[in-house]
Amino acid sequence: MNPHAQQNLDAVFLALSDPTRRAILARLARGEATVNELARPFDMTQPAISRHLSVLEEAGLITTRVEGVRRPRRLVSGGMDGVDEWLSLMRSALERNYERLDHVLATTRRAKRKDKKWKR
Amino acid sequence: MEKMKLATEGDRYIVVTRRFAAAPEAVYRAHTDPKLIQKWCLGPDGWTMPVCISDARPGGKIRYEWKNGTGEGFYLTGEFVELVPFSKIVHIERMHLPDPTPDNRVETRFEPDGKGTLMTMRMTLPDAATRAAMLSTGMEHGMEASYVRMERELEK
Repeated sequence: MNPHAQQNLDAVFLALSDPTRRAILARLARGEATVNELARPFDMTQPAISRHLSVLEEAGLITTRVEGVRRPRRLVSGGMDGVDEWLSLMRSALERNYERLDHVLATTRRAKRKDKKWKR
Repeated sequence: MEKMKLATEGDRYIVVTRRFAAAPEAVYRAHTDPKLIQKWCLGPDGWTMPVCISDARPGGKIRYEWKNGTGEGFYLTGEFVELVPFSKIVHIERMHLPDPTPDNRVETRFEPDGKGTLMTMRMTLPDAATRAAMLSTGMEHGMEASYVRMERELEK
């Protein structure tokens, strides 16, 4: 994992904790957009949207492109890699644990049944 | 059985849900009885838990020690906070990698679900430094498992 992504994990989780910012990311997943274009569907002022955008940009999730007077934002490819990697590690370790637990529970149940049989 | 679900909640929590084909009593015991914990709480393949202390009462100590075949290891310590048989466990835990990570408060609930159990575990999302340490440990584990699989393939 690249060290930059690792340092940014806190910023990424903070950025993702807000529904408006998640909606902005969903919108940008369809293609780049300017602050004005982003502000329209959210019924928010331009400064409010700009604040959200700077949180997303600091987390390394989006970037600004300069095109004359336009400043369209777009998603950074691989911006979510650090979070994805950590969560997938967590997921695979837990999944393996619970598969083993399924087996333990099945074995315990069979042992109990056998026990009852003997007592009878 | 339905697959596990793992979701982040805001920027502070992780919620894991999983169904089991056994009564809440059995699943609860598997989370508190050290003899049972040693059989399943092992993470990636190739690890064992030679030491497991689980004193299941409020204030009771928790200590899990993991080892792999090449002599590497790490451990976890903690304390039980609240136990409601067979429906709820609250405990605090920290990993020693080898420096202790900040305390993580974990709340695990067991609810009847048909003939089985729905387990919901809610834990604090560790901070960036802790995640980085866990990730680097986990990556080694993952890589080790991959190398073992690769060797097996090469022997064919």
